[in-house]
Amino acid sequence: MAALDTDMQDTQVKDGVDRETVETVQAMGGKYKYGWETEIEMDYAPKGVSEDIVRLISEKNGEPEWMTDWRLQAFKRWKQMDEPEWAMLNYPAIDYQDQYYYARPKSMAEKPKSLDEVDPKLLATYDKLGIPLKEQMILAGIEGAEDAPAEGRKVAVDAVFDSVSVGTTFQAELKKAGVIFCSISDAIREHPELVKKYLGSVVPITDNFFATLNSAVFSDGSFVYIPPGVRCPMELSTYFRINAENTGQFERTLIIADKGSYVSYLEGCTAPKRDTHQLHAAVVELVLLEDAEIKYSTVQNWYPGDEEGRGGIYNFVTKRADCRGDRSKVMWTQVETGSAITWKYPSCILRGDDSQGEFYSIAIANNAQQADTGTKMVHLGKRTKSRIVSKGISAGRAQNTYRGLVSMHPKAKESRNYTQCDSLLIGDKCGAHTVPYIEVKNNSSRVEHEATTSKVDDEQMFYCRQRGMDEEEAVALIVNGFAREVLQALPMEFAMEAQQLVAISLEGSVG
Amino acid sequence: MAVAQQAKQDLTESRITALDLPQGGVWGNAARADALARLRAMGLPTRRDEYWKFTDPTSLTQVAAPRAALFEAKDEGPIFDGVDRLRVVFVDGVFDPEQSDDLSLSGVEIERLSDAMARDIHWAREFYGKLETAGQVPVVRPLAALNTAFAQDGIVIRATGKAEKPVSIIYLHRSENSDAILHHVVRVEEGAELTVLENGPAAARFNKCMEISVADRGTFHHLRAQGRDHERRAATHMFARLGEESVYKSFTLTVNGVLTRNEHVIELTGDDAIAHVAGAAMGDARTHPYHHDDTVFITHDAERCESRQVFKKVLRNGAEGVFQGKILVKPGAQKTDGYQISQALLLDEEASFQAKPELEIYADDVKCSHGSTTGAIDETALFYLRARGVPRETATDLLVLAFIDEAISEIEDERLANDIRVRLQMWLERRRRG
Repeated sequence: MAALDTDMQDTQVKDGVDRETVETVQAMGGKYKYGWETEIEMDYAPKGVSEDIVRLISEKNGEPEWMTDWRLQAFKRWKQMDEPEWAMLNYPAIDYQDQYYYARPKSMAEKPKSLDEVDPKLLATYDKLGIPLKEQMILAGIEGAEDAPAEGRKVAVDAVFDSVSVGTTFQAELKKAGVIFCSISDAIREHPELVKKYLGSVVPITDNFFATLNSAVFSDGSFVYIPPGVRCPMELSTYFRINAENTGQFERTLIIADKGSYVSYLEGCTAPKRDTHQLHAAVVELVLLEDAEIKYSTVQNWYPGDEEGRGGIYNFVTKRADCRGDRSKVMWTQVETGSAITWKYPSCILRGDDSQGEFYSIAIANNAQQADTGTKMVHLGKRTKSRIVSKGISAGRAQNTYRGLVSMHPKAKESRNYTQCDSLLIGDKCGAHTVPYIEVKNNSSRVEHEATTSKVDDEQMFYCRQRGMDEEEAVALIVNGFAREVLQALPMEFAMEAQQLVAISLEGSVG
Repeated sequence: MAVAQQAKQDLTESRITALDLPQGGVWGNAARADALARLRAMGLPTRRDEYWKFTDPTSLTQVAAPRAALFEAKDEGPIFDGVDRLRVVFVDGVFDPEQSDDLSLSGVEIERLSDAMARDIHWAREFYGKLETAGQVPVVRPLAALNTAFAQDGIVIRATGKAEKPVSIIYLHRSENSDAILHHVVRVEEGAELTVLENGPAAARFNKCMEISVADRGTFHHLRAQGRDHERRAATHMFARLGEESVYKSFTLTVNGVLTRNEHVIELTGDDAIAHVAGAAMGDARTHPYHHDDTVFITHDAERCESRQVFKKVLRNGAEGVFQGKILVKPGAQKTDGYQISQALLLDEEASFQAKPELEIYADDVKCSHGSTTGAIDETALFYLRARGVPRETATDLLVLAFIDEAISEIEDERLANDIRVRLQMWLERRRRG
């Protein structure tokens, strides 16, 4: 693919000609901030998925035979599976053979020696995403970059560009603490014993249609191992971006928190604007041993498609945490503002006694977006606790569904669940739905579920308007208030970003 | 998938083959034929169906009704006995004119279903199978289609004014293998008022369907007691359509029974209509299994309507409770007020409760909420009573009654509500003694 001028550069050239038109066009298209595409030379595998493609992906990643076999087993299984239809989602049939399953920037084929050698387009991409230069250097894979002085607070980043991890920052510093943070393809090569032991142990290759497809074709992702008793010295972050057209992104994340360890993990996602839909099917597995704690925060801002529902990401994600050890604790926090279709249920298997699972979620669906998201809390151990706080916001013609399961097994004595699902409707063309499943098989546990549906309160609106706020500002403020409990659960930097996202996602939803 | 589909079809065909399609009247035959086609298209339910996830329908769909021992309550009189009412008696699913009262009542027309079908022009023609058909989307209810096609008997009731007294339908069980399929049609005309009472085991297996159309400003009260007979199996459907400012209130008490599935499908089609559905279930699986399933589907399709669902279950010794409730608010059904609560009290480690309280909302100016709680008896409350010298068993019963009372309070007629309360108290006392 040749590098062409992007639309943005085009408009700059014409700037003097007709400023007003350009501004109008920019304003119209400017709602999705990350909607640009970088023209970078890419290596593609041929379209479609087959045994050969699975082998090719495995080979490109330099994987050992056991890994290739694992993938092929998953692929064999996937061919016999049917796409699930139970979600309240309406989308045209996906042609799984009309996608690229592997794409990587050509410039990454060999490691560059300095910033000058890095494809400037790749650097520009990170710039636009607001990743600081030092991290850019590391992400671009420049040798020795880790010794350069860091600015501000440290967050180690693993960036995944289309299918491939392009770089992980602060690896040396993390290594000192004993933390392993690298791409999953590196982990397969360098830490096979850990990967063999844990990969697929939480989400087995037989789990569900999308997870099984992921098991067969995942091209990269992140791997984290926190050794016993270690509190990870910095926040870890993965940044996912789909760039190339017709590419499916299938990343795989595996986090293992050994006994008594702690880690906070952030995940962010963006994609360019396109008329066609793009597929994203990720799998995230978390393993928690005794007394371990993982905080997993996601700000999902994939391209949602335009007002008419053209384009946008189809997001089918399987996320699950296995609290194997006693007293382990996991906390999922998600802000879902993007994607045309969201199908995502981060779950907690509370196996260890006294383990805890928490799920905090904001799902915003505007225009033609559809979200079917929620969680599963499976209580197996004694005195396990779970808490679900879900805030769904629907605007435009969007449909937003909370779907969840709380299951108390006979042996999960004296366990506790509290669930709160609130929906907010903005406009009379959208929908808000709640589908909770509650299964209680012992009497010493308590399960409480509450759900409400309401609209933006007229009195609150009036109060804000009276104080000079315009309608959109007022709605953003009220919605941020509505979602406060969830925003508070996010790490600080993310909370700020999420608040702004809430406002941006709802642009054009009133009036 | 193909295998499951084939199994479903075989199941449906073998059930159909074992039944006789009753004949009589032009419109009745047409409605039955339509229902049969519907049933064939959807197939009888299996455990794999989403709406039968928590309840195994096998004993309801198999060809022969499982045997159920006859039960005679010698220690108490029949429920509603003290109420001035018009009695309509069915024995094993067949109308018994001998035991029934004369079917004439001021403000009400009552006929046997077969008599209504024999006349080409009859008001019931507009409703028989029609409300059931409307209630088949978006979720299919194959047992109701089976009922419309094969109903052996039933009554049609039309209230034209304020009914002088309640119509009381009594179902007697006299044969251990009886398999009863009954279909009733109720029409409450504009501004009219009617109360229908139902009680009795009916048969070893009972499939009952009631279609209720309430015209503008009409009022319909329904009170049902499913009694102490252990071995009965029942699947019942109430299909209701409500006009402007109309009122529909239904309460069901279920005590024992191997399997009970009570479905309510209510459509609020006129502005300012009100629908309240309540249920209290008390299950003890000490001697026989107990499985009780309330499945409610309420559709708001008009403005300013109110719906309320209150369901309470007290379960012990392995008794299983299920609640599936849904509020659907269609586009334009603004100012809807929807409320739903389902609560289960599990008295021991073996009891279980499964719930799926759903909301599906397509209008923004609405107030909808649901709640569901499950847990053991409140130890603090128990301690309080015991500290005052109340024995543990008695204290538990008191708390059970208090817990269930929220559902009983939904009954508007205080006299009838008290009847239910007294009966529950009696049952609990007897249970405590023996």
